[in-house]
Amino acid sequence: MTERLWFLIPEFVVLVGAVSCAILGVSRSVTVRRSLPIVAFITLIIAFLASSYVYSPASMEIAIGPGAVPLPWLGRVVIPVVVIVGVLLVMVQAGFIDRSYEGEIAAGEARFNPLRTSRGEYYAFFLLSLCGLMLTAAAPDLVWLFLALELTSLPTYVMVAISRNDRRAQEAAMKYFFLGALSVAIFLFGFALLYGATGTMELMAMKDVLVARAADTGSIGSLATLGLLLSILGIAFKLAAAPLHLYAPDVYEGAASQVTAFLGFVPKAGGAIALMLILSVTGWMDDGGMLPDPILVTLWVMAVLTMTLGNIGALLQTRIKRMLAYSSISHSGYILIGIIAGPGAGFVAVLVYLLAYGIGNTATFAVLSSLRRGDCEVESIDDLAGLREKHPGLAWAMAISAGSLLGFPPLLGFWGKLLLFIAGVASGHLVLVVIAGVNSAISAWYYLRMVALPLTGAASSASGSIERREYGGPRLAALASVVLLILLPLLLQSMMDESADGVLSLEELTEVQQSQVAAVYDLP
Amino acid sequence: MLGVLLMVVPLVGAVAIALSPSRAAKGIALVATLAGLGIAILAAIDFSDWGTGGWGLEYNLPLLPAMGISLALGADSVSMLLMLLTTLLMPLAILGSWTAVSDRLREYYGWLLLLSTAMIGVFLARDLLVFYICFEFTLVPMYFLIAIYGSTNRAWASLKFFIYTFLGSLFALAGFLYVAWANAEHAGAWSFAIPDLVHFASTGLTTGEQGWILLALMAGFAVKIPLFPVHTWLPLAHTEAPTAGSVLLAGVLLKLGTYGLFRFVLPMVPAAVVEWAPFMGVLAIIGILYAALICWVQTDVKKLVAYSSVSHLGFCVLGLLALNPLGLQGSVLYMINHGLSTGALFFLIGMMYERYHTRDMGTIGGLGSKMPVWSFFMVFFVLASVGLPGLNGFVSEFLCLLGTFAAGGTGAYPGVLGPWFAAAAALGMVFAAMYLLLMVGKIVFGSLREPSGVHSDLPADLNAREILVLVPLAIGCVVLGVQPDFVMHAIEGSIADTLASYPTAVTDATEILVGRGGMP
Repeated sequence: MTERLWFLIPEFVVLVGAVSCAILGVSRSVTVRRSLPIVAFITLIIAFLASSYVYSPASMEIAIGPGAVPLPWLGRVVIPVVVIVGVLLVMVQAGFIDRSYEGEIAAGEARFNPLRTSRGEYYAFFLLSLCGLMLTAAAPDLVWLFLALELTSLPTYVMVAISRNDRRAQEAAMKYFFLGALSVAIFLFGFALLYGATGTMELMAMKDVLVARAADTGSIGSLATLGLLLSILGIAFKLAAAPLHLYAPDVYEGAASQVTAFLGFVPKAGGAIALMLILSVTGWMDDGGMLPDPILVTLWVMAVLTMTLGNIGALLQTRIKRMLAYSSISHSGYILIGIIAGPGAGFVAVLVYLLAYGIGNTATFAVLSSLRRGDCEVESIDDLAGLREKHPGLAWAMAISAGSLLGFPPLLGFWGKLLLFIAGVASGHLVLVVIAGVNSAISAWYYLRMVALPLTGAASSASGSIERREYGGPRLAALASVVLLILLPLLLQSMMDESADGVLSLEELTEVQQSQVAAVYDLP
Repeated sequence: MLGVLLMVVPLVGAVAIALSPSRAAKGIALVATLAGLGIAILAAIDFSDWGTGGWGLEYNLPLLPAMGISLALGADSVSMLLMLLTTLLMPLAILGSWTAVSDRLREYYGWLLLLSTAMIGVFLARDLLVFYICFEFTLVPMYFLIAIYGSTNRAWASLKFFIYTFLGSLFALAGFLYVAWANAEHAGAWSFAIPDLVHFASTGLTTGEQGWILLALMAGFAVKIPLFPVHTWLPLAHTEAPTAGSVLLAGVLLKLGTYGLFRFVLPMVPAAVVEWAPFMGVLAIIGILYAALICWVQTDVKKLVAYSSVSHLGFCVLGLLALNPLGLQGSVLYMINHGLSTGALFFLIGMMYERYHTRDMGTIGGLGSKMPVWSFFMVFFVLASVGLPGLNGFVSEFLCLLGTFAAGGTGAYPGVLGPWFAAAAALGMVFAAMYLLLMVGKIVFGSLREPSGVHSDLPADLNAREILVLVPLAIGCVVLGVQPDFVMHAIEGSIADTLASYPTAVTDATEILVGRGGMP
């Protein structure tokens, strides 16, 4: 087991970064307090470098053995994704938390009081949550998976609550917390049933038991099926997938835009990765393995409901954050197509899509975070009308990120969706792909509003009072995201190659790695 | 390399416009499109496969080797002709907008150039995904052209245009992906190369599968053409779009649908097409007659011409569904001819609108006495559109109808169109004469009626720039009307390729007719 610690170096780096942020955040020096985003940024970069170091062909030999995870190479793919989106998210956060308090201090109206500041905790929680996400990808057993998922989620409850001085933020945090606790109860119960059905917590051992049972009796047994269904249902909360999606609009709206950007990606990615791992116990990654029918049907129905309810919900909104919340729900539906399509092409598509969605989502919220009306946030979609006249750059960023979320060629979102659709068709779920296509067309309706209002609309009296925030972090994030959305398709082939390695099962990976090791070390 | 250059030149122009001050936009756009036209003419001269069905302008750059996706370009004679039409209309569209657009110039000309890249990409694509991406991407520039520069109802028109086409093409994408997947299962490796997929689909899919693919592809292309009953976006988009937008919409974008039919639907799913051709033929005829009747009662000139496009494109589809060389030759010719004459009509209406700010036949009329040059061109292009023998419209319309008539003639494929279809569609020609001549009668002849209190900086009649826009189109109409042979011969080989997957019986049937001297 200690060998695995080697692979956790990136997570340790993030943990150290989180602790440093918590400490530096209470420093008396303004400069130090201001440097927190930079600390977070550097932490993520080091974590990325570390990940490319620890996941090498040579080190894989250590990991291959008892207690290995279902997708041993997954972390190698997830960490860069987390770091890319994480860095963009850091830029979105930069300069926003505690802003008024720091202003008071700078003006000499208040003295620095470590008890009043929350900047340190905020960045610490931010990094801890990302750390949880990275850990999720490495989970070999249910306990680890549960702890990693909770490490991802718990900081977000706090982040929502301290994000702004607004009753709605408190309300959102409470709602999010209690419903989150409910979902945890559901999937813990599922885990317990799985343990009861198999007598082990290890995912791979569990798989062996269930595959043997399926070979004997023809099914994995009702207890294990129920356990899996409950686990899926609980994880659906993290994904914001139907039927556990209803919290998303309220929470997204209540939290500050900066935090909403975070909520839109991190828990969702955690949920998607957890689903990939937990479904591996059915043995469908082995040759000829299939998902048991009840689980397949459940996922299928969930995907259709999630896409459809998300898109229709988004159509009906007039407030932009609620609309984006529903749109993020619909993206969970698309992600579920990739999960259903299964190991191989499906999972590759999920990983690419997570990156595409993460960047697009961050870009929209980065634009929203760059705008203000007085001290408040932009709320109505109509507030964006005529944004081009005063802030052309932000208007274009909004339009391009909406285009990518819609899946319009040649932006990154298109390629993500294309890979999902190809995987869906190739796994025989043509109907699901057609439903997703219709849903994309529905989503065109509201994404086009995000394109049309800023770029083609005329400024109204309501939108005239919208101003740009003074600090440039979110704008930088928007710019960087848009550049990535346009240019990353050029790297699609290598992204797919990396992701394809990431979702190889143990046996396949052993073969590939051995050939790679041979190629590296045994050159004639 | 010329193929890549054709797509890159407008792109470079767009980037240059983005980087330079807005007063330079027009000039850059004109230079870029003229350069594009020059390259296109060079490519056409250089092209050695006129008439044989070979491919030129070939280029291949692997993009996603794992999925078999590459930037593959190439043109046969049909692609070449449509590409020439596109590159001819582009500089004209820019000249035509010279004074009409005064606000947000950089975006306007930038979008026009991007549109040009995407349209050329559609015609040159030899990879299914490149085709799809370009096909989809044409939506964006047109959306902005309508949404920013359109008239009063522009927001709704652009939205409807976008959603209709987007939904349709997503179905087409699903169909394409299914074919690509089935081919990958069959061949063991993914490929999106059009020749591979066409070959596989026409031989490897069952009739039932072909039927579903046909449905999916038609969902994409029928909206674009547009075929009844999914045509309702078109009159709105046409009416609201700025002049250059309408010209390119009618001149090129609608042809993307019929080109898709020609390039994909016919060769990919022959069995299903033979089965469903009568049904689609009936839809085309309903479109021809229904849209013609609507034209009859229009008072808005632009809307009238827009609906006439729906009616005319019905002939084009009918010619394709005849599934014989006659019909296909007529149909391809129709794509070119409609681009020239309807494009010109939209230019003329734009010129009138720029002077009077109205398109209502109730308030305007008898312009013949005030704008003789404009009226000359109006009458000329209306006659070309109506199908006056000697001008281009006649040849293609006649060929489409002849092909349709012959299609069921020998009884080899009972039910695949035939004389009744031709007869019903011919009624559409009569209607076309009625509504178009009625329009000319109202706005050109009779006593002068002008809306009062309208001011324009333009001279009363056309100026040299406007005449320069119309003359190339008029020359095209005359040349293609008097001497269509060379175009018909040029496309014979490509048409034979497209029809190659059809049972020879369909082809034989028409050869008998041609042998009897049925060929004009």
